Amino acid sequence: MDLLEFQGKQFFAQFGIPVSDGRAVTSVDEALAAAEAVGYPVVVKAQVHAGGRGKAGGVKLANNADEVREHAGNILGLDISGHITRTLWIEIASDIAEEYYASFTLDRSAKKHLGMLSKEGGVEIETVAVENPDAIAKIWIDPVDGLTEEVCRAWVLAAKLNPDVTDGAVALLLKLYTAYVEGDADLAEINPLIVKTDGNVHALDAKVTLDDNAEFRHEWDDYAATQVRDVREEAAHEKGLQYVGLDGSVGIIANGAGLAMSTLDVVNQAGGEAANFLDIGGGANADVMAGALQVINDDPKVKSIFINIFGGITRGEEVAKGIIEALSRVDIAAPIVIRLDGTNAEEGRALLEPHLSDKLQSKPTMLEAAAAAVALAKKN
Amino acid sequence: MSIFVDENTKVIYQGLTGSQGRFYGLRNRDYGTNVVGGTNPKKAGEDVDGIPIFANVGEAVAATGANASCIFIPAPGVRAAIMDAAEGGVEFIVCITEGVPAHDEAWFYNELKRDFPNVRLLGPNCPGIISPGKCNIGITAGEIAKPGGPVGIVSRSGTLTYQALYELKLQNIGVTTCVGIGGDPVPGTSFIDCLEAFEADPDTKAVMMIGEIGGSAEEEAAEFIKNKMSKPVVSYVAGVTAPPGKKMGHAGAIVSGGKGTAAAKMEALEAAGVRVGKNPTEAGELMVEVVREHGWA
Repeated sequence: MDLLEFQGKQFFAQFGIPVSDGRAVTSVDEALAAAEAVGYPVVVKAQVHAGGRGKAGGVKLANNADEVREHAGNILGLDISGHITRTLWIEIASDIAEEYYASFTLDRSAKKHLGMLSKEGGVEIETVAVENPDAIAKIWIDPVDGLTEEVCRAWVLAAKLNPDVTDGAVALLLKLYTAYVEGDADLAEINPLIVKTDGNVHALDAKVTLDDNAEFRHEWDDYAATQVRDVREEAAHEKGLQYVGLDGSVGIIANGAGLAMSTLDVVNQAGGEAANFLDIGGGANADVMAGALQVINDDPKVKSIFINIFGGITRGEEVAKGIIEALSRVDIAAPIVIRLDGTNAEEGRALLEPHLSDKLQSKPTMLEAAAAAVALAKKN
Repeated sequence: MSIFVDENTKVIYQGLTGSQGRFYGLRNRDYGTNVVGGTNPKKAGEDVDGIPIFANVGEAVAATGANASCIFIPAPGVRAAIMDAAEGGVEFIVCITEGVPAHDEAWFYNELKRDFPNVRLLGPNCPGIISPGKCNIGITAGEIAKPGGPVGIVSRSGTLTYQALYELKLQNIGVTTCVGIGGDPVPGTSFIDCLEAFEADPDTKAVMMIGEIGGSAEEEAAEFIKNKMSKPVVSYVAGVTAPPGKKMGHAGAIVSGGKGTAAAKMEALEAAGVRVGKNPTEAGELMVEVVREHGWA
């Protein structure tokens, strides 16, 4: 789960990381009140789940009430890479002496936490990594050891920051590591990490991605409430289905994430495009299947549906019964192609046989089924 | 022969008293797996269909001589369950549970490496392991695998693994061991661990490797295959058409910034001499070709 900037700052503040005083607002009047409260000059910042906010005109400095009114009015409703701005963050402007970069994330290859620190902050770190890799000081942290002050200090020195801020940087980075670990973040990034003209080290931005798997041990309801989901994804999520909306015309239902991804691949190889990724999990009972069909049926882009089931522990005849019952419950507009394989597939196909029609075909292999589903989608 | 588990493997099921643990534990026993006990601190002394329940893995090992465990504990308890198994004295831990926090995985991966270097963890979020005809630990339907050899399978995906087992069985080709390493960010056992074991196993003549988008495990495996493997490898990587930045079910299956794409993985594997199928069916056919060419079946 990606946090908005202001949520990331609230998250950081819980762990004692210095962030600018600010308020989240949703109207021009609230923006004015917030600016009065924090004191001028303020920065008016769009809160959207997208990068490039500055370039899109979503970040503006305001020295007085007129400027706040003007910028807040312009930025509310602004479309930034397809994300409409509904919330603004009004924060006190900082006097910046230097801009650094700092982050913690998991290095899957090393199976350790990776800390990155650079004095070349404020820009895309990917660009720095390519053009000037030596400017990024990296540290790999064994999760069992954690980050000690001694190791952190050596890391800060290796990054060749302004020597005057070493103590402040060490203190902040230790807190950032604690936030990353105890807060169950996949990513905790500050860009820029600034040194103010008074010498204090401070998080001017916050990019935080939380690990959804750790939600059971945190209170993340406020964060979850602002997540932007595709309406199709929202409906599927409510039914407990693993669904990702895509742009094609062939609706996909498969059991298992790997098989579902593979189904996208074969549809593509057959010359079509998938409308979605949908994993119904190991079993394929009537309730789950009916829910999945309903979600796909509600997507106006879908012109044909490809149900790809491989029976493992769930036997072919149980899968077939589930599909037949689901079809009796949901009135499906688009034609369906079923590929049923695996344990007792023949028995399952025999059960489907009397129900087959123009609207419901059965194909023995994944490739034939993909070809049929793509042909139907093109015809419709 | 087989890798990691065989007819001598004795398994404790942590969470045998829960619905999932009971269902799959009893299924595994029906298959022929030596299911010697279960654990539940509140139900020690009871039994599940004749299988004794112990308070912890240490007591279960002392009473039964178990050398492996299989975890069906909900995600919040997985970290403690894995340490219970390692401290209890088993050498092989299979964790089926999905939804384990990444920080927990990173922690117990490194903790096991440090204090229990002889313990192998498979998973979390994996379908388990089967050495057909000998031992089946986890959720794989045993009857879709033909015992024997010459093929070893290692996979990040459950259903695609079943598909591979099934297609080989239809062609009357046997499997020494099929390992599902799972799709999480920090798997206890990697592709390379399995490739290394298959390379050393005399009955495994060829290996099928099923990968997924995300991470760099396939690229690392390609490097290993190029430098260290003499046996032929056939591969399939799911997710060629997956759009970047979207999570597709498995925590591991996410592409970001052009890294970890299926195309990059397939290219790396082909450069290492691996025959790569563009869908699971084609990969199955390639494996059949390899086996027939060498007269292994």
